[in-house]
Amino acid sequence: MQIKAENLRKEYNGRLIFKNINLEIGDRTCIAVTGINGSGKTTLIRILANLVSPTMGKITYQSKGAEISKEKIHQYCSLVSPYLELYQDLTARENLWFLGKLKKVEKLDSKIDRLMNRFGLKGREDEAVKNYSSGMKQRLKYVFALISDPEILFVDEPRSNLDDHGIRTVYEVLEEQKKNKILIMATNEKEDLKYADRIVRIDG
Amino acid sequence: MRTGSFESMVDAFYIFKKDLIQEFKTRYALNAIILFAVVTLTAVSFSIGVISADDDILCAMFWIILFFSSMSGLSHIFVREEETHTADTLKLVTCPTAVYLGKLLFNFMLLLALEIILVPLYFGLMDFYVRHLPLFLIVLAIGSVGLAGGGTIVAAIIAKASSRGALFTVLSFPVLLPLLISGISATRIAVNARSFTEASAELQTLTAYGVVVITVSILLFEFIWNE
Repeated sequence: MQIKAENLRKEYNGRLIFKNINLEIGDRTCIAVTGINGSGKTTLIRILANLVSPTMGKITYQSKGAEISKEKIHQYCSLVSPYLELYQDLTARENLWFLGKLKKVEKLDSKIDRLMNRFGLKGREDEAVKNYSSGMKQRLKYVFALISDPEILFVDEPRSNLDDHGIRTVYEVLEEQKKNKILIMATNEKEDLKYADRIVRIDG
Repeated sequence: MRTGSFESMVDAFYIFKKDLIQEFKTRYALNAIILFAVVTLTAVSFSIGVISADDDILCAMFWIILFFSSMSGLSHIFVREEETHTADTLKLVTCPTAVYLGKLLFNFMLLLALEIILVPLYFGLMDFYVRHLPLFLIVLAIGSVGLAGGGTIVAAIIAKASSRGALFTVLSFPVLLPLLISGISATRIAVNARSFTEASAELQTLTAYGVVVITVSILLFEFIWNE
C-alpha cells in the first residue's frame, strides 16, 4: 500500500490552513503529524482519509502497484478521532455489526467479541452507545477502526479520553499496525511520537 | 464475483436496516410525519366540513397534505447524520451511491407508513370517494417513489446548511412541483372512475419523473455527500 500526496493546500472560507504538503508513505511506516492547535493536523488527516477534498493538490493511493479509485479507498482505511461518532441510539454490537457488514468484514461476530474483549468492553456489547462514558466510547472507536484490519490506520489524538489501561492497549495496537501496514497519527504527545518513523510538522 | 452495483445494493440494504432500527428506537421521523398529517387533516376537515368541497379540491388537498407531511420527516434522514457527526463514519465504510439508495429506501418506506394512515383517514374525514381504487393506489405508489427520490436528494443538500428546517420545504417545492401536478391530475381521473388508458399521460409523467430524479440524484450525490 502506498499513499502519495502532492502539493496539498487547504483553505477554509478564504483562510489558508496549510500549503505545499508533500508526502510519500509506504507499508511499515508511521507518520506523525504535529503542530499547534488550529494548524490543520485534523484537516490533513481528513484529507488523507478522503473525508474532505483539498483546495489544491492531489492524492493517489496504490495497492500492489495498481491505483485505487477514491470511491474504493474506504475499503482500505480506518480512522479513530474525537470528532468521529458512532450511532448513539444503537448498541455497541449493532454499531459494529452494521459498520462491519458495510466494510465486508469476514467472521464479523468473532472479531467483535475478540476486539471488545481486548479493549475491556466485554459484557457491555448490548448497551446503547449513549450510555457509554467518553473513555468507553473512545475504546469502541478503536474496535470499530480495527475490525476491518485496515491497510491504513489514521489516528487523531491517540490517547484522547483514555485511562492507563486504555493507553497501553492503544500503544500495542499502534505497534502492531506500523509493523506491517501504514499508521498516520495527529498528535503533539511526546509518548506518541516515539512510534513515528517520520514527523510532519504543520505550522499553519 | 460481486459487481460494484450489486455491492452498492447490498450496502444500501444494510444502511436501510440501520436507519430502520434507529427509527424504531427513536421514532422521530415517523412521529413527526404522522402527527403533522393527522393535525393538518383534522384542521382541514373542520374548515371544509361545512362547505361541500368538490372532487377537484379534495384531490389537490390530498396531495398538499401528503407533500407537507412528508416535508416534516424526509429531511431527518440526512440531518440526523450531520447533527450527530456520523456522516464521516458512514463515509469511511461505504460508497456514496449505497448511502443515497439506502436513505431513499428508508424515505420510501416512511412515505408508505404515512399513506397507510393518511389514506383511510382522508377517505373517512373528507368524504372522499375514489371510484377506481387500483388506479389510485398505483398513482400513489409511483408518486411516492418520485416524492422519496426528490425529497432524499434535497434532504442531502440542506443537511449541509445551517437553517435546515425552513430550507427543506422551500427547496423541495419547485423540485417536486411537476410530480404534484401530475399526481393531482391522475388522482382526479381515479376519482371519476375513468380507465388506466385515460391516465396514461399522467402515469408516464410520474414514472419518468421518478426515473429521472433518482438517476440524476445517483450521479450527483457523490458531490453533495463529499462536500
